[in-house]
Amino acid sequence: MASKPRTLYEKIWNAHVIERREDGTCLVYIDRHLVHEVTSPQAFEALRIAGRKLRRPDLTLAVPDHNVPTTARVDDAGNQLPIADPQSAAQLAALEKNVADFGIRYFDAVAPQQGIVHVVGPEQGFSLPGATIVCGDSHTAAHGGVGALAFGIGTSEVEHVLATQTLLLSPSKTMEVRVEGELGPGITSKDLILHIIGVIGTAGGTGYVIEYRGRVFDEMSVEGRLTVCNMSIEGGARAGLIAPDETTFAYLKGRPMAPQGADWDAAVAWWRTLATDPGASFDKTVVIDAADIEPCVTWGTSPEDVVAIGGAVPSPESFADPSKREAAQKSLDYMGLEPGTRMADIPVENIFIGSCTNSRIEDLRAAAAVLKGRRKADNVGWAIVVPGSGLVKAQAEEEGLDRIFTAAGFEWREPGCSACLGMNPDKVAPGTRCASTSNRNFVGRQGPGARTHLLSPAMAAAAAVTGRLTDVRDLGEA
Amino acid sequence: MKELAEIEGRAIPYGAKNVDTDVIIPARWLKTITREGLGEGAFETVREKHDNVFDDPEYAGAPILIAGDNFGCGSSREHAAWALLDMGVRAVIAPSFSDIFASNAFKNGILTVALPQEQVDRLLEVARTQPLHIDLEAQSVTTPMQDRFRFEIDSFRKHCLLEGLDEVGLTLERSDAITNYEQRQRSDAPWLAKGVNA
Repeated sequence: MASKPRTLYEKIWNAHVIERREDGTCLVYIDRHLVHEVTSPQAFEALRIAGRKLRRPDLTLAVPDHNVPTTARVDDAGNQLPIADPQSAAQLAALEKNVADFGIRYFDAVAPQQGIVHVVGPEQGFSLPGATIVCGDSHTAAHGGVGALAFGIGTSEVEHVLATQTLLLSPSKTMEVRVEGELGPGITSKDLILHIIGVIGTAGGTGYVIEYRGRVFDEMSVEGRLTVCNMSIEGGARAGLIAPDETTFAYLKGRPMAPQGADWDAAVAWWRTLATDPGASFDKTVVIDAADIEPCVTWGTSPEDVVAIGGAVPSPESFADPSKREAAQKSLDYMGLEPGTRMADIPVENIFIGSCTNSRIEDLRAAAAVLKGRRKADNVGWAIVVPGSGLVKAQAEEEGLDRIFTAAGFEWREPGCSACLGMNPDKVAPGTRCASTSNRNFVGRQGPGARTHLLSPAMAAAAAVTGRLTDVRDLGEA
Repeated sequence: MKELAEIEGRAIPYGAKNVDTDVIIPARWLKTITREGLGEGAFETVREKHDNVFDDPEYAGAPILIAGDNFGCGSSREHAAWALLDMGVRAVIAPSFSDIFASNAFKNGILTVALPQEQVDRLLEVARTQPLHIDLEAQSVTTPMQDRFRFEIDSFRKHCLLEGLDEVGLTLERSDAITNYEQRQRSDAPWLAKGVNA
């Protein structure tokens, strides 16, 4: 008898269950663990206090990203510069001590491979299809772009993984987000995921793991898939998945930490079996028509507050749910926006191109393609590009992208999380607006009082040129 | 983890929906390397406005927080749970919680009580003048006005909270099963079993 058709999620989950308790909770094996400086110090502290060791230090990779300044890290003589903020410096020092004490592979702040954990993992071939991957960061969902079951965890879970290489988890429900048809010209993976979040809402995916399906994803690059899966958490889903395929294998082959030789062949053979079986059922299905998708921007303080660039700021009265009405009014007050204002009439003073959502080489190429031969508008004061890793930065420089950005009036920075969450000195000034390629437009996210509009790298570049939110398709030739 | 059986006291009637962890504790408070003292930064942006519920002396030291749908969405920062604990909060009542926040809360001995919106609305009203009582063993929230609402909780979490159990310690007792799994993986998926050398 043929076995019951299973989803990609069920296959990965089943392959990692060590044991199942009576109440359905499972002890699940974790194949790969990424660690950064912000959510790990208390985990290492707890291990020390309890006298516990790491079970598998060889399955963890550590890299600082949240706190590191994005200004020069070495002086002209090549000496490492100190970090000005004493608290950030202490957090980085704690990470350095912890990785040394516990024997963890580490890319330090000046290593060429340093970058945002979610950029570094796939880039190094550390993140693999069919693997369970965790990190003390909610955007770990990104690694689902290579077909890994990847999700964010809290610090107590970081400690649990370090000590046991497992987590106690309940199985998730499965949600299929099926995109039918093709994206229009100039519509990017970021527009797509913003549109999806606008449809399902920030809590729509709570309790679910999303699998993104449809030809759009089959034809998408791995970097685009990483962008889509990255923002699954903005739809409430702890993880997002896209089935690994030839595109994935070609992307991973030869990366430093990817399997080699016979291991590679055996791995690919297994990866080919992972895709959801025909006839497998999902607990919920959401169907999206790709033809409906326009370049998207956010107007409010929740990632579900999405509107097409050709649209206008909605009126709070337009929401049926009274609490949503109230939330919309609060959002508009915070954002300093009036209902009915055309999105394309909203001026922006800051541009941020970066974050684990959009800081890979394709993102920088897309932004540079718009900026080539152009300059930022006079009302745009602060415009920075923060590559996702040292390797992305080097690649961009080899292609001359850095010179396009600087000629356009952007600052070309060192890799890190930067103004996505403003833990380092990169913050958006209070009361000013930022066109940002990051993932969250929460109140105060990019700095106290900062007003964030989420959009794609090409759209951020277009906003820089005109000094207002702009449909990149209207810009024409430079 | 401190064991938890019953909670009696005032509840902060906050009620807001989609409260993200950036609101519970803004990023600038995340530069700490300890778990203590985060209560000072809790709900900082909400507290900038005068007459906010968090600074209302009526609710000073309240062990319960009542919020709206999707509480704790966004970032996975456990600092959100530590900040609540540092404020003295041991239970949060809301119609729903983000998955990661609920897990973080549990691991710090904070009870998350999910109740239907109309029951949460009733508790928001009562909490303005009266204390609430939560009984974990009975899985109930009661008020002096004779309201009694039953809530669901996963039996493993309930057991751990009642006993104050350390989950890492419990899992370490299963290390034979983990070792068996690792041995199996070494033959079935050697490419996964091979780690990255330090």
